[in-house]
Amino acid sequence: MRRILLLLLLGAICGLAVFWIVTIPRHADPEELAGVVPDLARGEYVYTAAGCASCHAGEDGKATALEGGMEFASPFGTFHAPNISPSNQGIAGWSALDLASAMMHGTSPEGKHYYPAFPYASYARMDPADVVHLHSYLMTLPASDKADVPHDVGFPFNIRRTLGGWKMLFLRDDWVVADPNLTEQEHAGRYLTEALGHCAECHTPRNALGGVIKSRWLAGAPDPAGQGRIPNITPHALDWSAQDIAYYLESGFTPDFDSVGGHMAHVVDNFAKLSPEDRDAVAAYLKRVPPVE
Amino acid sequence: MNMRFGLKLTAVALLAATTLTATAQDAAEGAVKARQAHMQLYAFNLGALGAMAKGAVEYDAEAATRAATNLATLAALDTRDFWLPGSAAGEVEGSRALPAMWSADSNAMVHAGNLRDATAALAASAGTDLASLQAGMGPVGGACSACHKAYRQAD
Repeated sequence: MRRILLLLLLGAICGLAVFWIVTIPRHADPEELAGVVPDLARGEYVYTAAGCASCHAGEDGKATALEGGMEFASPFGTFHAPNISPSNQGIAGWSALDLASAMMHGTSPEGKHYYPAFPYASYARMDPADVVHLHSYLMTLPASDKADVPHDVGFPFNIRRTLGGWKMLFLRDDWVVADPNLTEQEHAGRYLTEALGHCAECHTPRNALGGVIKSRWLAGAPDPAGQGRIPNITPHALDWSAQDIAYYLESGFTPDFDSVGGHMAHVVDNFAKLSPEDRDAVAAYLKRVPPVE
Repeated sequence: MNMRFGLKLTAVALLAATTLTATAQDAAEGAVKARQAHMQLYAFNLGALGAMAKGAVEYDAEAATRAATNLATLAALDTRDFWLPGSAAGEVEGSRALPAMWSADSNAMVHAGNLRDATAALAASAGTDLASLQAGMGPVGGACSACHKAYRQAD
């Protein structure tokens, strides 16, 4: 009996040790950023394509500083976008490496896990050099001292360490559309869609643990805020021509000349500022996504 | 008051109430239909302009001016009777207008003003050349989506 108890105890300790090890927050590797010379213009481009302001510029997206404020309802609780302006309440003290740890590994400078409402599961696919460029650009933006609103998340999701388990299960930096025969244009579109634009965060359904279901990539999902559905944009449902898709991303007009609404209007605001080649690239990529019903 | 008179009075009151509700409901449904027809007229004229802007059909200065002038005319309509209180999503079937449109701090009139300005500018410039048409479509799309972003229910 005592031996069995001892074995059980040993098993429990080993289990905890494994949990502890696999849930350690990971940081970015300084090697990856070594020698990158910050390019402000490229930083502004990354800022626009990654849609930073769409969630961090106040409640209605109109604040001059990236002071946070937008709310995200989800089955796990309500998340609040934090202040990422270059102030002491924001990211004034962050190095480019800190930003890379945050965006590509979901880890704060203090070594805490971020919730994946922050789309690091997409940004994980970024070119680390782009984080350096983005960092230089973010530091030129207006500062705000607005304090963050704490997330409203219930047990057990309020234990940040459990997010280490989420990352182990769902955080991957490989491409979803991994066809080796993609054209140069489709590659560019894939970078904009899967990494910077983080389209799948809303357009792909999630499992019970909040992980994106890769076999249903971009096949549409219920709106996490409650009402309505976010549409399927695989070729099964989105039968627009590439030209129509590109024009929608520029003007917000669908082929029927309805116009974009909801959060997607923010996305169109951003994509309208990119180049025609970028919008064509996203359209070309969307045509290569496997059709899903 | 005798019992029969009381019953009659109740019946009349009920009938009046139902008629009143039915009338209000009809008015709201009519308003939604008018709005949707108005939107379709926008879409029809935008279709002609958008096809040129994205290069699907050849640029035609006269046709562009005609469609853009229609848009400006549509945006100048006094539509206050289309936007009846009580015709929001959830109140009338088929309506996707969020109740916030009718709140005291609603920006709907600001968006409508921006659409008037953008379509008037487009009507003046669409006939110049393709580049002017393309440039003028941006603010029009921006005005449409600014209002849809804030006040239209998701699909």
